[in-house]
Parts: sequence; structure tokens; C-alpha cells
Amino acid sequence: MSTLSVQDHGVAHHEDDHGQHHHKATFLNTYIFSQDHKMIAKQFLITGMTMAFIAMILSILFRIQLAYPDKAFPLMETLLGRFAPGGRLDSNFYLALVTIHGTIMVFFVLTAGLSGTFANLLIPLQLGVRDMASPFMNMLSYWFFFIASVIMLSSFLVQKGPASGGWTIYPPLSALPKAMPGSGMGMTLWLISMVLFIASQLMAGINYVSTILNMRTKGMDLWKMPLSVWALFLTAILGVLSFPVLVAGVVLLVFDRSFGTSFYLSEIVLNGTQIQPYEGGSPILFQHLFWFLGHPEVYIVIMPAMGISSEVMSVNSRKPIFGYHAMVYSLIGITVLSFIVWGHHMFVTGMNPFLGGVFMITTLIIAVPSAVKTFNWLATLWRGNIRFTSAMLFAIGMVSFFISGGLTGIFLGNAALDINLHDTYFVVAHFHLVMGSAAIFGMLAGVYHWFPKMFGRMMNERLGYLHFWLTFIGAYLVFFPMHFMGLDGVPRRYYAFTEFESMKQWLSVNTFITWAAIMSGVAQLAFLYNFITSIFWGKKAPQNPWEANTLEWTTPVEHLHGNWPGEIPTVYRWPYDYSKPGAEHDFIPQTVPLSQTMSSNLPHDFEDNPVGLEEHTKWANTQKSNEEVK
Amino acid sequence: MGFKNLINSKKILSLLAVFMLLGTSMLFAQGTESAGATASPAADAVKDNGLATAGYYILLFLIVCFVIGIVGKILRVFDLTQQIQGKEPINWNNVMGICCLIFLIAGAYGAYWEFTVHGSMILPGAASEHGVKIDEMFWTTTVLTMIVFVITQILLFTFLFRYRYNAKRRGHFLPHNNTIEKVWTIAPAIVLTVLVIFGFFTWQKITDNVDAKGEPASINIDITGHQFAWELRYPGKDARLGATNYKLVSGINKLGINFKDKYSYDDLQADTMYLPVRKSVRLNIHAQDVIHSVYMPHFRVQLNAVPGLPVFFKFKPTITTAEMRTKLDKPNFEYEILCNKICGGSHYNMKKIVRVVTEAEYQAWLSQQKPYLTDGIKKDLKFAAEKKEVQPNRLALNN
Repeated sequence: MSTLSVQDHGVAHHEDDHGQHHHKATFLNTYIFSQDHKMIAKQFLITGMTMAFIAMILSILFRIQLAYPDKAFPLMETLLGRFAPGGRLDSNFYLALVTIHGTIMVFFVLTAGLSGTFANLLIPLQLGVRDMASPFMNMLSYWFFFIASVIMLSSFLVQKGPASGGWTIYPPLSALPKAMPGSGMGMTLWLISMVLFIASQLMAGINYVSTILNMRTKGMDLWKMPLSVWALFLTAILGVLSFPVLVAGVVLLVFDRSFGTSFYLSEIVLNGTQIQPYEGGSPILFQHLFWFLGHPEVYIVIMPAMGISSEVMSVNSRKPIFGYHAMVYSLIGITVLSFIVWGHHMFVTGMNPFLGGVFMITTLIIAVPSAVKTFNWLATLWRGNIRFTSAMLFAIGMVSFFISGGLTGIFLGNAALDINLHDTYFVVAHFHLVMGSAAIFGMLAGVYHWFPKMFGRMMNERLGYLHFWLTFIGAYLVFFPMHFMGLDGVPRRYYAFTEFESMKQWLSVNTFITWAAIMSGVAQLAFLYNFITSIFWGKKAPQNPWEANTLEWTTPVEHLHGNWPGEIPTVYRWPYDYSKPGAEHDFIPQTVPLSQTMSSNLPHDFEDNPVGLEEHTKWANTQKSNEEVK
Repeated sequence: MGFKNLINSKKILSLLAVFMLLGTSMLFAQGTESAGATASPAADAVKDNGLATAGYYILLFLIVCFVIGIVGKILRVFDLTQQIQGKEPINWNNVMGICCLIFLIAGAYGAYWEFTVHGSMILPGAASEHGVKIDEMFWTTTVLTMIVFVITQILLFTFLFRYRYNAKRRGHFLPHNNTIEKVWTIAPAIVLTVLVIFGFFTWQKITDNVDAKGEPASINIDITGHQFAWELRYPGKDARLGATNYKLVSGINKLGINFKDKYSYDDLQADTMYLPVRKSVRLNIHAQDVIHSVYMPHFRVQLNAVPGLPVFFKFKPTITTAEMRTKLDKPNFEYEILCNKICGGSHYNMKKIVRVVTEAEYQAWLSQQKPYLTDGIKKDLKFAAEKKEVQPNRLALNN
């Protein structure tokens, strides 16, 4: 009987009858309030995927508005009611769609859905741990996230619609309920949801960090951890250090909205005559607080994707990741630098221009570790023996997007160039490629790669290929033309391009982009179909389907609480011994001691182990002398 | 196992799916039919809510799914027959390797097409002095990044094709190579340092906003954003703008100009922003309600308008509107100011026309503009001055 993750009462009940799980297992503590990290990972994944599909539908709704600004779609009125009077999206609701799309994708999908899934799944499994440091806190983290998701979505049900000041919710727009409909109840719900979300992320992050630092199995020192765990580790540190600052910002905003303070408000006149009592606040303060999280946030999004892609690419090119140490150091470099670059979001906000210059320098420095990572991925592929699994394709897609989107970051990080590019479609294209598409592709690579581990069954590879190519091509078709719109000075978050003569030339391009977006959206149904049917009817997975070295593939296919039936395996080597010359197979799992693989050992294996190196040279010398004797 | 068997039965599920699809499409069909059949045109309009179109696309989607399913089955059957005959099954690694190569070639063409077609639709060269420098830096950065883009993408996809799986081969065990890693850490570092230095000094020059000695003073123009329009204020003959205070804003004094300040007496209002060519202009940027952003793409000017934070941007337009019209061969061309920071429902429609003209034209235009100090305000002010001579909380209001 396989362990099914879908929260299906019938199936679960059935399993309990047989009592194959540990004796106290009930439906409630196995599938809902589970403290098992694998189940929590699946809960994060499925909630994250649901949120992703919702956000995708929102994006298609506003893309339809952009493609056909003059056309009425009566069906929209049927579906959306007061938000689309006469079959046309309301301009305030358009902004709400943009806002909630951004919020859901950045926080609920690419932070919680990505880190939540893979940190929960991989940290214990790849480090040889029976469960997280605090399983209860881990469960709470999921449920806070779940409640935050429900509150965020419930804002569609309030009279004036959801928050609509952009995902960055800059005050005064977000602070003054009279400034736009979405700044009323919708904004309140947004803020409540985000506070819960951040609580969830902190509980999760503290758990990840403490598990990684304290609970690794015997022999698993930090330099033997797979890059996926390194990335998740540094991501968790980033989150723990930066999310509290957003809470501070959000709480002050709550005060401004509800208790009459003026942290962010000053000298405001609404509707031409209504003089507001606020004095002495600074809207720029909020931007500082927001982006102090906001910029690390984009690395919170991309670093797990980088880690997963590194892992997947190494396994499937049957080659060690090139420059493991450089990969780790560049991740550390990105982590540290990401705290001192937030000002590049604020070059033209009226921040002191001198500060702008400083932030420009730090920003462009962060391109160096990113470049190192890219080159190392390319070197990993070089002279590999590349197996095109679906996971591999998505990891490659991630690299391609990271290059395309990363390079435009050099334009935007340059304060002088940012003057004309700030808040245009160039920015939209940039971040959708570099953190949107790249991170989603990293996540999908992870789902395809660890699906056998999560559900004990294989996904359909050919549907995966179809899914990859349609999404990959679709994403480029959507975002590549946007660069040129940005270079023509077309601002983002515009409800229609019809009011400015100069923008009308882009109307046909918009239609094209919308159809490309719909195509990539439809392609996700191939994934959804594949995902759901494979959970139930997929081919049964072998224990180590990809012939990988890491520890998670030494656990039994059938899940059990505690992961390993007997003793936790000991680790003897780094995780990237693929295609080692002299070895029997083209992979040597981490659990194989070096003493069993004398013929394939290299001085490289003993870099931090002088005793071992001595032994190795001794052995190599005797081998040599033996041969001479022969 | 009964329940498990039930979900496991593909036949029952597919039957269910077919039933549901048929049911919905029949419902759709009924909906449209009844709409067509039943009487009044008004009811027609109500009923025809696009369900038919949606149904059409859903049908199209189902057909595509069906075709994909069939193709999948055919491939499967082909694969199996090959295996039965003892031949090699489809080598998906080869197929994907070739797909990567095709993508590379098609992508290269696509990118070329984009650069030539959409690339020619971008903004014309900068119409301001500092903008030219920005453009130079933009093109330098573009060339550098394009080289990296082309090389890395070519390497990525050719490696994928070249090193696709072959059971007879093993990967090359290459854990690291410190020399090459140092090279590709230092090389981007150097390139970026050059860009940083170049950018830093350009940025400093653009934001260095004090009028230099001997340079004629810039023309001060106030631009104030509110939901959803821009207000302009030009100085009169005294070349100075009067003080403002947001607490003075009222129906007739929409900018809150302090008319006790003598410099404010001749401040002018304007509907269109006229700028004299080759004269330094200092835009003083304000916002009344929420953050807006003054964005003048042709001049490479952008700065946020933040309530409570007065800022300014100094620039020098170099090409008149008339010259730009002939240059672009667009007789209706106008420079524009857009709002580029989300500010509410009509954010997308917050514009101002900018005309760059010769000095003579500018002076002629300026002399026709009306002052903010209208008769109505004068009357109002006199009345107020008589009624309460000194306002008691003057001190608090001034800060």
C-alpha cells in the first residue's frame, strides 16, 4: 500500500484499518495536522501549486484586458460581477489583479511553496535526519501559511475588492482608504495575511537552520552537504534576518491606517480639498523597510531554485557539479550582499542621490557571484553524459532564464540607466525572467526530480517534455518583447495603452503576448494532469530512480515516520562522485566509504583530511610499486 | 480495497469525464439555442454572454488534448513494436538533444527578429543633454551584455546537444579547476567595475543639481501630481516661485500657494508644459495625495513625486518638438509626461503634453499665461486678512 498524500478520507481510512503506520496514526494526524516533514512538504507543495494556479488565472485575466482594452467580454461580468461591469475589467480591479498576482507568486508560491516544500523534504532526507528539529513548530508553520493563504484569497470577497496598490503596497496609497477602493478592507486583509505569513516563514526558517546546524548524520560535515541543502540553509538565514523587518514596516502601516499615527504620511491633501492631519512622516521610510526584506526576498526565491538546479544538473549530466566550493561561496556572497543592495529599487524615489551611487556599486558587485554560478553550471554540462529527464530540462531552462534575466539586471542596477527604465516593462521583463520564470523552473525541476521520493511513483516523462517545451518557449514569447516595450518607455501597471498616442504601437504586441501567456497557461494543465494521475497511477518508483548519490535515495520507497527503518546511514564522501574514473558504476552514493573504492579515490577526496591523504598516497605508492614488480 | 479499485478504474473515470463534458456542452448548446429562439433582442443581448465563445475554445482545447493523447499512444505503440522486434526504442535523449539545437537556432532567429523589428520601435535618441550620456552608457552595456548573452546561450544549448546521453560513454570527472574559476570571477568583476565607474560618474553628474557658477540660473517650474492630473506653475517676471503650504489648499487655491509671499503674486498657471530649447530647466516635483512619478521618457527624466518630500530634477532639452516631428517623420508627435508610479484607478491616464520650443516662442507663450492670483482669490484674501489679522497657529503651520 503506497502512502498517498492526497487528503482523501476514503484512502486514508482504509490504510488505518490495516494499521501499517505507527499505531496511533489517525486520518487527522497523518494527513491534516501531520508533524512528519514529508507530509508537511507535500502540504506545502499542493497548497503552493493551488496558489500558483490561482495567480496564473489572475494573470491571464489582466492579460486579456491588456490585449483587448476596447472589447467587452460578457462572460467576465458573469464570473466577476461588479469587478467587470459590462464585461470589462474595472481599472481598480485590474490593479487588484496585478497586486494579488504579484503577492501570491512572490510570497505564497515562490517563498512558501518552493522553500517550504523542498526544505521540508530535503533537509532531513539529504542530511540523514529522522525529522525536523521541532516537528510541532513545523506543522504550525504550514498552518499559519494556510490561514494566510485563505485570508489573502478571501479579500476577493469583500465589497471593494482586494488590495490594489501593487505588491509593494507603497503608502500613502495603501495607507489611505480613500485613495483607492482596494486600500480599504482589502488592504487590511492583505496586512493580516502577510503578518501570519511572516510568522509562518520565521517558524519554518528557524526550524530549517537549527536542523541543519545540529542534526546532521555522522560524517555529514557542512562541506559534504548537497548544494540544494546549502541553498535552502542560506535561504532560511536570509528569511529569518529579513522578514522581521517587513513585519516592522507592516505594523507601522497598520498603525498609520488604524490608529492615526503618521509614520509614513506627511502633508497630504485628498481629492483636492480634504487636508489630512498627518505631519512629519516619510513615505520613503516604508520603502526602505519594505525593500530591506524585498530585495533579500528575491534571493529567497531564487536561491532554492539554484540549489535544486545544481543538484539536478549534476545528477543528470553524470558529472560532479563544477566548483562545488565556488558554488557555496557564491551563494554565501549573494546572501551577504543581498542585505546591502535594497536601495537599487529606490534610485528615483527621491532618496539622496549619493546613496543611489553607493547602492549601485553594491548591486553590480552582486552580479559577480551570479556570473560565477552561471559559468559553473555551463562547465558542469561540458563533457557530461546528459540524461534528458523532465527535471533536467527544467533545470536547464532555469539556467537559460537566469542568464537572460540576469543580464538585464546590469542595466537596472545602474542608477543612471534606471532613471529611464525604472517601473517600465523592462523591469517587468527582467524580474519575470530572472526570479519568476527561473524560480518556477527550479521548482518544477524539483517536483519532477523528487516526485518519486514524495509519492513513490514516477511521473510521465513525455508529458513532462511537452510541458517543458511549451512553457519554456511560452515564457520567452511572453517576456522577451516586453524588454522593448520598456525601452520605449511604456510604464508597468497601466490598465490600458489606449490613452497615450505613443503606446498604441504596442497594442498588437500585447495581443501576441496574451496569447503566448494563454498557451503557457494551458501547458500547465499537462503538468497538473501528469501530477495528479501519477500520484495514483504512475509507474511504481524504484528506490534510486535517477542513480543519484544523495542520502534521500537510501530511504525505502514506502514512507515511514523516521525515514530510515534501521540506523541512520553514515556519510563518507561528498555528494558529487559521478563518473569517477576507476569506479564500477558512474555514481558512488555518499554512504559508500572511501575504503571500498580504493581504485577510484583521488587526492581531491582528501582535501580536508590530511590523514586520509597520507593513507591514499601510501596506497597509491604501493599500487605503483606492485605494478613495477609485475 | 474496494474503494481503491473504484478510483483505480480508469474506465469509470473516463466515462464520468465524458458524461460531464457532454453534459456541459449540451448545456452550453441549450443556452445558446434558447437565446437564439426566445423572443426579444434585449433578452438576446443578456443571454449571449460569451459562453458560446468560451465553449468553442474549451472544445478546441479538448480536441488538442485528444490529439496529444493519440500521439502519445501512437508513440507508445511504436516504441513497444520496436522493442518486440528487438530494435532500439525511441531514444528520447537524442530527440531532446536535437530539440535543444532546434531551439537554439530558432531562438537565435527569434532574438534577431525581435531586435530588428521591436528594437526599431523603441524611444528615439535622447532629447536632453544628460540623456545623451545615458544613451551612450545604455548602448555600451547593451553591447557587453549581448556578447555574454549570445555566448552563454550558445554554449548552453550546444553542450546539451553535443554531450547528450550515450550509454557507451562516461562523463568527464572534473570537480574543479581553480585557474579557470579565478578567471571567470575576475573577468566579470573587471567588466562590472568599468560599468560601475562609468555609471557612478554619470549618475553623479545628472544628480549634481546646484547651478554652477557663471551658468545662467535654471528656469524653475513646479509640477504637482494629484489623483489623476499634473498641475504646473511657472514663475512670472521675478523668475521666482512663491512659497506653498499644503494647509492652504482649497477649492480656489488648489496648489496651496501662500499669497502672503510676494514672489507668488505673478506665478503663472499652464495647461501644457512649454520649455525653451537649450535652457536649463529645474522641475520642482511635488505630490498632494499619493506617490506619483514624473516620467518624461524622451528626455530620460524620471523622479517620484512624494507627498511631503519636495525634490527636483534639472535637465536641458536639446531638440524642439518641431525638430523631433521632422526627425521622426511623425507630424503629430508630442513629448509627454506620464505618471509612472501606481497611484490609483486612473493611473494609466495621467498625462501632460510637453512642447519644447525656441526661446522667442517660449516668451510669447509665457506672456499669455494667467496668474494663479485671480480676482476671486484676491477678494477672498482681502476678506480673510480683514477678518483675522494674525493667525494664532501660524508657527505650527509653517514647519
